[in-house]
Amino acid sequence: MTSTQIDVAATAEAVVSAPPASPQSPRGRRRGPLLTVMLWICSLYFVLPLFWLFIASTKDNEDLFSTFGLWFGNRFALWENLRSVFTVQDGIYAQWALNTVIYAVVSATGATLLAAMAGYAFAKYEFPGSRALFSITLGAIMIPLTALALPTYLLFSKVGLTNTPWAIVIPSLVSPFGVFLMRVYAADAIPDSLIEAARVDGAGEFRIFGQVALRLLGPGLVTVFLFSLVATWNNYFLPLIMLNSSSLYPLTVGLAQQQAASAAGGGSQALFSTVITGSFVSVIPLVVAFLFLQRYWQSGLATGGVKA
Amino acid sequence: MGTVPSTVARRGRRSTGLSTMKKRQNAAAYLFILPFFVVFISMLLVPLWYSAYLSLFQSQLIGGETFAGLANYVRAFTDLAFVAGLGRMLVFFVIQVPIMLGFALFLALALDSGRARGAKSLRLLYFVPYAVPGVVATLMWGYLYGPDFGPVAQLFRAVGLQAPDFLGEGSILGSMMNIVTWEYVGYNMVILYAALRAIPPELYEAAEIDGAGPTRIAWSIKLPAIRPALLLTVIFSVIGTFQLFNEPSLLDAIAPSAIDDSYTPNYYAYNLAFVNQDVNYAAAIAFALGLVIAVVSYIVQLTTQRRERTNREGSR
Repeated sequence: MTSTQIDVAATAEAVVSAPPASPQSPRGRRRGPLLTVMLWICSLYFVLPLFWLFIASTKDNEDLFSTFGLWFGNRFALWENLRSVFTVQDGIYAQWALNTVIYAVVSATGATLLAAMAGYAFAKYEFPGSRALFSITLGAIMIPLTALALPTYLLFSKVGLTNTPWAIVIPSLVSPFGVFLMRVYAADAIPDSLIEAARVDGAGEFRIFGQVALRLLGPGLVTVFLFSLVATWNNYFLPLIMLNSSSLYPLTVGLAQQQAASAAGGGSQALFSTVITGSFVSVIPLVVAFLFLQRYWQSGLATGGVKA
Repeated sequence: MGTVPSTVARRGRRSTGLSTMKKRQNAAAYLFILPFFVVFISMLLVPLWYSAYLSLFQSQLIGGETFAGLANYVRAFTDLAFVAGLGRMLVFFVIQVPIMLGFALFLALALDSGRARGAKSLRLLYFVPYAVPGVVATLMWGYLYGPDFGPVAQLFRAVGLQAPDFLGEGSILGSMMNIVTWEYVGYNMVILYAALRAIPPELYEAAEIDGAGPTRIAWSIKLPAIRPALLLTVIFSVIGTFQLFNEPSLLDAIAPSAIDDSYTPNYYAYNLAFVNQDVNYAAAIAFALGLVIAVVSYIVQLTTQRRERTNREGSR
């Protein structure tokens, strides 16, 4: 087991320490029109389903069933659908969206901070037990997270933490991969001489971390933050078992329940376009975040995140 | 690993052991890692231990919980529902992972070759599905597969053909493979692309001058160079595949006849714990699943490193 973990770590490290891709492509020589066409056709596979989702969210129920899925229907019902997304069940969708943002931002902030402190310590201090502790952290990357959800639920229910926001936030604070990433990042980004100089100037260890190290860790912090954010934002299993009041649900659980209700039928057919439009709206924030933070994840994703 | 050499510690008298400066630095280091390890122990190690503990007990209607040794594990590995679920995941792994990673590798190599127009936009488009929550991806594909307003069914009907049943018993595993592929090709592509960009160009410039074509260079120079990254994507795929939960649990609502409550091991553990209330057996299933994942990951590593190992042993 241990050698497996170390190998994975070494593998990941090799990927992480890769220099960032240069923006201009020095390798581009001849353009291949055939390859270009092929690659654009491939992109349809990734984009068409989302295009369908957008089109479907502009249709009322009747058009949804009677008009072709990949083009607009007879009536443009997007605004209507949006209104119903935010008003159905007394506007619970907005509550779910707010919950999702709170869980994801709080968890990601906490996870990033814990990972930064631990990664910095592993990179820049030689202390007794550091090797063993770091190996244990790496080993944890391989633990299937869903195997933990059930016992965590049982433990939380003993101390009355289930069905509270803490049940989502606390387990999401652990990011062994984040620690690993920050260690690799800190080892390169913070020169030892800078720390020594700060010490000579009489700065305490915590001040050095807060005023020197954190600043140099910027891009690494954003990467860990972004991927922790996605992990919590997209998490379904944990909130599904931990929460039972729908006012605490994140979007994933809420939408899944609405969909189940609409699939079960029972006169709630109007929910179809509501669920579809709600799904479409829930996709927008992360897609926008990834578009705007491209330059971070394009080099940072190499280090990956464990699939939620 | 770069460590700050503590000059004071080095100069200090050996007889006193660590200098106060070094001690203070150690204390600081422990304080830095403390918050992480508090959460790590309470949210990872304790649940893991508790799960192992639970799995060794059985609860009976009469007599409550009794120690059962490994009985739950014996039951798990002889439980057709669990074994069938594992088998299904193995099929999934053997078919879906090569397709997904092959596709990702092709796209990464094609983008890295710099011969395509609009490579930057393409990279983004391929990656977008990763930002879509798995739940939404599954809901969306569920609608796309659907017989009522799914565009595929519409196209088939328009030309007067019978629409394929994507949600039937025989095809739903394939439909799930497609959802997972759609979600993670871009993610794996970016990992592989980053590794490709990190290959020093000198490695293949000589080959290019010697007239080696792009396919040849990709096969004999680029692929070996990104083996570590490929291994990483395979290991992550093992972990992801065997834990499959979102897809079966959500598709169950629209295809109840094709998906039973033990369709994947993880879905089985969930249903055992929350529907059947058999917490002990569920814990054993979850733990056994973890073991299977560890074993499969290990086998994957062994296979990919066979060549190096044989070389090493041969030189002894």
